[in-house]
Amino acid sequence: MGILFSFFAVIALIVIVFIGVKGAGLHYFFVVIIPYAAFLTFVIGVIYRVIKWGRIPVPFRIPTTAGQEKSFPWIKQNKIDNPSSSLGVIIRMAFEVLLFRSLFRNMRTELRDGPKLSYASTKWLWLGGLAFHWTFFIILTRHLRLFFEPVPFFVEILESLDGFFQVGAPVLYVTDIIFLGAVTFLFLRRVIIPQVRYISLASDYFPIFLIFSIGLTGVLMRYFLKTDVVGIKQITMGLITFKPVVPEGIGIIFYIHLFLVSALFAYFPMSKLMHMAGVFLSPTRNLANNNREVMHVNPWNYPVKVHTYEEYEDDYREFMKQAGLPVEKE
Amino acid sequence: MAIQKPEELSKINYKPPKTAWFDTPTEIKKGFFCWGNKEKSLKAVGFPNIRQWSVADEDWKLPENWKEIFIEGLRERVNKYRSFRLFLDICVRCGACADKCHFFIGGGDPKNMPVLRAELLRSIYRKYCTTSGKIMGKIAGARDLNVNVLKELWYYAYQCTECRRCSLFCPYGIDTAEITILARELLNLLGLNIEWIAGPVANCYMTGNHMGLLPHTIMDIVNEFKESIYQVTGINVDPSYNRKGAEILFVHPSGEYFDPNGNITFLGYLMLFHELGLDITLSTYCSEGGNFGFFTSNEMAKRLHSKIYAEAKRLKVKWILGGECGHMWRVWHQYHNTWFGPIDFLEEPVSPITGTKFENAKSNKIVHITEFTADLIKHGKLNLDPSRNDNYIVTFHDSCNPARAMGLLEEPRYIIKNICNHFYEMPPQTIRENTFCCGSGSGLNASENMELRLRGALPRANALKHVNEKFGVNTLANICQIDRATLQTLVDYWVPGVAVRGVHEMVGNALVMKGEKERTTDLRGDPLPGKEGG
Ligand code: SF4
Ligand code: SF4
Repeated sequence: MGILFSFFAVIALIVIVFIGVKGAGLHYFFVVIIPYAAFLTFVIGVIYRVIKWGRIPVPFRIPTTAGQEKSFPWIKQNKIDNPSSSLGVIIRMAFEVLLFRSLFRNMRTELRDGPKLSYASTKWLWLGGLAFHWTFFIILTRHLRLFFEPVPFFVEILESLDGFFQVGAPVLYVTDIIFLGAVTFLFLRRVIIPQVRYISLASDYFPIFLIFSIGLTGVLMRYFLKTDVVGIKQITMGLITFKPVVPEGIGIIFYIHLFLVSALFAYFPMSKLMHMAGVFLSPTRNLANNNREVMHVNPWNYPVKVHTYEEYEDDYREFMKQAGLPVEKE
Repeated sequence: MAIQKPEELSKINYKPPKTAWFDTPTEIKKGFFCWGNKEKSLKAVGFPNIRQWSVADEDWKLPENWKEIFIEGLRERVNKYRSFRLFLDICVRCGACADKCHFFIGGGDPKNMPVLRAELLRSIYRKYCTTSGKIMGKIAGARDLNVNVLKELWYYAYQCTECRRCSLFCPYGIDTAEITILARELLNLLGLNIEWIAGPVANCYMTGNHMGLLPHTIMDIVNEFKESIYQVTGINVDPSYNRKGAEILFVHPSGEYFDPNGNITFLGYLMLFHELGLDITLSTYCSEGGNFGFFTSNEMAKRLHSKIYAEAKRLKVKWILGGECGHMWRVWHQYHNTWFGPIDFLEEPVSPITGTKFENAKSNKIVHITEFTADLIKHGKLNLDPSRNDNYIVTFHDSCNPARAMGLLEEPRYIIKNICNHFYEMPPQTIRENTFCCGSGSGLNASENMELRLRGALPRANALKHVNEKFGVNTLANICQIDRATLQTLVDYWVPGVAVRGVHEMVGNALVMKGEKERTTDLRGDPLPGKEGG
């Protein structure tokens, strides 16, 4: 159900553009109002969510330790997977955020007759995830060309690296292919692996379809349908300099692309996509394992009712004396 | 209940049912759950909704306004624990954690996939605490809370041993144990506990230990222990209790007084302390290091453990040494300092024998016994004869908590390598941080849930079987009393012929004590290698 709902939700978004642009001629609305609104929603939403998380206390220091603790100088500590210093935590987080360290650990469990369990390293999800996120990031960065005049040097470098293979004209970007491939992979594993399909919700399929459609419209625009690049740059420069313009004759495909991107931006703060910001706040990853060395303060720590020694002795004094145990009160 | 044979039990179907999980009603199956708590156990500590109830009954006798209590409790907790809210918010359902849980691997129930276990509560959170869930309902993955949902939550919250294996593999570190811990806390607001946890909690609150051992009973038991040590070694050890002015307070799990398998580990400690001439005391008031309160609520956990520092203060010791126990160390390591700190009435721990400063424990002042012993061995302070353990072909089971909440991995291994000659590791995917739970942790070590426990122990047992067949391993060493008390039954079922042993039991065997008689048996009274004829 989730899958169909999400599919039609994305189709509906596309239909809205057709009706809005072709039917009602709402060019300004789709090119100016929606992108501004979406971007604003994104920024405010993300900040709101992060502040909301950030204001909730971290009562306990609960890192998941994934290697040897710091103990004696003669026992080698795993300073990254079980960090005891801030530097260690920073490196651990960098590995997690940039290289998906935890997913790299992934293994597949198999049960054979016997019974015999075996665990094979499986890097597919790690690879797919990494490919998806990194190419997404690179493609986003490439888009900076549309918002700067002159185009920043790092964008130029990135583009020339990306287009290294020099296939066809316009130059084929490797990231475009990997990106679409990775999204497809992430979708397929979701529907093919029975357990993953079982846990999937509409909110898992929807971003996949949305992002895939964004990629697809982007690719169509770049390689297959003639689009007015100069006109598009006028729009983007207009948006960023707050002097919006709506040039004539830009193909509908651009409107669709832009609208879907806007939808993604607006949807972002209220969805699981917030994992991008959330991962930085995860207490099992971003805390040092130095619990016994440095005290961690819980702001809402409160006194609790206990059974004191005095009460204990009152309860059992005779037994204690009988057993020869010292007592405070005779 | 008759349990099927291992060959039958290990035929596991991992295919989820055709119907979506929220449309698939949960059947509360015998063999998978523990009996509900008794009235008197709740009463002893003042837990809410004190009444007699039974899991098997249709009516769980919930308070009139149970739904408000639950939702109010949920709202309160998502604003008190960043971990909780974040973990409810950011799961992307990638499934990396799905096949990492021993209960899923051994049972195939999809609701035992960590992600789905969390979704059971997450769906309620969405409904009552998020805007999208309120508006979009089911399509946003939200569902109404009703009695059946509540029962389902109870059933699966008590099918998680809070081992944190799932959290290791999650790209965001989502710790389903954290979710389970808080789910249990919410269930406790409604008096929905299990007796196997609530009973020990009540005992521990009153008598200082889970077993409910009274002071004189402890002393009787210790006298018997002294006698056993004398029998084997000819040496009179003389442990002291409740003694003021000792240098060190020793705290250990009370199961070691009670469980015949754990007893022997305790003998090992006593022999070690005697041999070193440590100025150390135990206490009947804090005769428990374990903390079943941790399996009910944060507050209860704190209520039970306050006695440890209180007693250290009363007895004016300098620092605390802790025995072999798993969850006890999770609580001591990750919670103590925060609950009770700053611990300024004790001193930074220093080994009186080697002079080593335990830098990593300088704030909360509690040292793990394997840290203490490893340091002794490193400095050549112990006279050890590993050949006395030659009958043991040993492997080491990392208990979840020391492994994934501390990273205490090398210390016990270093000891083992010095006290026995035959040591083999299980496959790397099943040890150290990857270790598999015994299947009975977090208070699930009852007998009525035996099928669950056997299934949960399958991954651990299977790795054990591997080294049993390959190297002839016959001993599973560990540093956890729950392991010693529960794993033996499970290992007997899956890998007959392997014994479960505490590390300090083997230390006791190998320890050559000053003035001891020629030993002919180990601490269990079994002949030492080469002494079988006698
Ligand atoms: S690994 Fe983490 S993000 Fe993935 S399904 Fe499990 S809990 Fe969710
Ligand atoms: S904490 Fe352990 S028992 Fe609980 S869901 Fe995770 S892997 Fe399973």
